Amino acid sequence: METVLSVVVGLLFASAVYLMLSLHTIRMLLGVVLLGNAVNLLIFTVGRFRSDVPPIIPVDSYVPTTDVANPLPQALILTAIVISFSFFVFLLVLAYRAYQDLGTDDSDKMRLAEPVEDDSPPRGY
Amino acid sequence: MAAAGVTKIDRSLAMVTEALSAWDWLVIAPVALPFLGAAALLILRKRIAWHAPASIGVMLLMLAANIGLLIRVWNEGPIHMAMGSWLPPFGIVFAVDTLGAIFATITAFTGLVCAIFATAEVEATEYRYGYFTFYLLMLAGVTGAFLTGDIFNLYVWFEVLLISSFGLLALGSNPIQLDGTFKYAILNLVATTLFLISVGLIYGIAGTLNMADLAVKARSGELAAPVMSFGALLTFAFLMKAAAFPLNAWLPASYHVTRSTSAALFAALLTKVGVYALLRTLVLLFPELGQTFAPIFLIAANATMLIGALGLLASSDIRRMVGWAVISGIGVILVGLGIGEMAALSGAIAYAVHSMVVMAGLYLLAGAMGWLSGSDSLFKMGGLAVQSPGLLLCGLGIVLATSGLPPFSGLWPKAILVEAALSKNAYLTVVVILVNGLLTTIALGRLFAFGFWREAQLERTEIGATPVLSMSRMAPIAIIVMVSLAFGLYPEPWLAASRQAAAGLLDGAAYINTVLPEG
Repeated sequence: METVLSVVVGLLFASAVYLMLSLHTIRMLLGVVLLGNAVNLLIFTVGRFRSDVPPIIPVDSYVPTTDVANPLPQALILTAIVISFSFFVFLLVLAYRAYQDLGTDDSDKMRLAEPVEDDSPPRGY
Repeated sequence: MAAAGVTKIDRSLAMVTEALSAWDWLVIAPVALPFLGAAALLILRKRIAWHAPASIGVMLLMLAANIGLLIRVWNEGPIHMAMGSWLPPFGIVFAVDTLGAIFATITAFTGLVCAIFATAEVEATEYRYGYFTFYLLMLAGVTGAFLTGDIFNLYVWFEVLLISSFGLLALGSNPIQLDGTFKYAILNLVATTLFLISVGLIYGIAGTLNMADLAVKARSGELAAPVMSFGALLTFAFLMKAAAFPLNAWLPASYHVTRSTSAALFAALLTKVGVYALLRTLVLLFPELGQTFAPIFLIAANATMLIGALGLLASSDIRRMVGWAVISGIGVILVGLGIGEMAALSGAIAYAVHSMVVMAGLYLLAGAMGWLSGSDSLFKMGGLAVQSPGLLLCGLGIVLATSGLPPFSGLWPKAILVEAALSKNAYLTVVVILVNGLLTTIALGRLFAFGFWREAQLERTEIGATPVLSMSRMAPIAIIVMVSLAFGLYPEPWLAASRQAAAGLLDGAAYINTVLPEG
C-alpha cells in the first residue's frame, strides 16, 4: 500500500512541477494546488499504514494495547491543508487582480517590477 | 470528574506538573505580545490615530521581553517551555538558546526602528487596511521561528511570517506591487513547501519532530535511511528563503515594489530566518549533513557574494540596488556555514546580526533619499547634501557599515571570517570576501556621490515644494548608525554572544539537556 501511494505522490509532484514551470499564472496556481496535495499525501504515507484501529487507550492502561493508527500525521496534514488552502485562496485573488491590472496572465510579460529597458547606472556626472 | 471505577491517572508521566513561575512565561512573551497587539489593532481598526503608538508600545514590550530572555539565556544556558504542559518530545516546545535569543532581540529592535519610519511614510488609509496588523503578525512569525523547538512548528511560523509579508507587500495594490508580490508569493511558497516535504520525510525516518530529540537521534547514528535526500531538500528550501545564488532572483524582483519600511523589515528579517533555519538544522540537528554540504555552501557563498556585488554595481534604481546588497550579505554569512568551525560560525552569526540592523538602515536610507529627491533613479537624484546635511552624515555611516569599513560593525565579523577561511586554506573565499567588499564600497560610494554631492538634477517645480526630512524619518536611520558604530567601537559583548551562540550550536548538549533532561 505504501509503495502504491509513493508512486501516486511521485506522479502528483511531477504534474505539479510541470504545471508550475508554465508561463501562465493560472496553470502555476493549479500546480500549487497539486503540490500541496502531494505533500499532504506524502506526510500521510511516511506516517505508515499500521492498522485501522483508532488510537484510543483502554481505561486501565497507559499505552495502547493493540496496534493503532498513527494520529500525528493526520494532525500535521490538517494543519498543512488549512495553510495551503488559505495560501491558494490568497494567490487566486492576487493572480486575478494582477491579471486585471497588468492585462496579462503571461509571467514573462509581467515586467513592471523588473523593467526590460533598465539602463546601466550613470558612469559620471 | 473521575467517575467510579476509573483509575486515577498519573499526570506526571506525560505532563509537566509543577506550575510555571512568572519568570518562565518570558519564553512565550515575545510571540504572544505581537499577536495580542495585532488582535487589538483589528478591533481598533477605525481609530487610526492609535495604531502607530499602540504598535510601537507593543514593540517596546517585545524588545524588553527579548532582552530579558537574552540575559536569562546568557546566564543560565538554554531554557524551554512545554506548550500545554506536555512533556517533550510529545508536545510542542519553545526552546531558547543564545542564537535564538540574539536573533529575536534584533528582530524586535529593527521592528521598532522601522515602525518609527513607518509613522512618516505609511499613509492613514493603509493603517485602515491593517498595515500595523500585518507588521506585528510578521514580527510574531519571525520571533516564533527563532524561538521554537519543534521542526513542524518552525514550518508553521514560516507560513505565518510569509502570509503577513504577502499582506505588507501587496497593501496598496499598485500594479507594480501586484507584479512583485505574485513572483515573491509563488517562489516563497514553493520554498516553504519543500521545507514541509523534508519535515514529512524527517518524521517518517526519525518518528519525532522535536528538535532536541532529533539532535539526539542524529548524533547517535540512528537515522540511516535517506538522510541525504531530506538534507538536500532542507538546504535547497532554506537557501531559497535566504536568497543565496542561484536561488536569489526573487529578491531584487520584489522587495522594491513596496514601502521602504516594509522592504527594510523584509531585508532585515526574512532572509535571516532562512539563515537561522540553516544554522539550526544543519549545525545543531544534523551536524553530519552540515559537514557533507559544507563544500556546497562555500561555492554558494562565493557565487552569492560575487553576484550580489555585481548586481549592486549594475543597478540604477537605488531601491533595487539595495536588494543586491542584502544578497551579498547573505553570501558572507554562508561562508561561516561553508567552513563550519567554531570561529567561522561565530563570525557568521555576528555578521547576521550586523546585517539585520544595517540592511534595515540601508533600505530606510534609500527610502529617505528617494523621497527627498523625488526619484529612485541614480540618473535623477542629487543635491541631498544641501537639502539635508544630517542625512548625509547618516548615509555615510550606513555606506561604510555595509561595505565593512571601520569604525562600523561590518569590519569585525568579516575579519573573523577571513581569518577562519585562511586557517582552512580557502583562499578563493578570502579573495571573494575582499573583492565583494571592494565592489560594494565602489557601488555604494557611487550612490553616495550621486545622491548627495552632485547638484540637484530635477527642477523643484517638477516635484512640488522642497520636502523637509522630518524627525521620524531621520531618527530611525540615525539610531541604526549609532548602534552600528557602537558595535564597531566596542565589539566585545556582541562577539562574545556570537561565540556563545556558535558554541551552543556545535556542542548541542546544553540545548538537548534542557528539553530532554533524562538523556
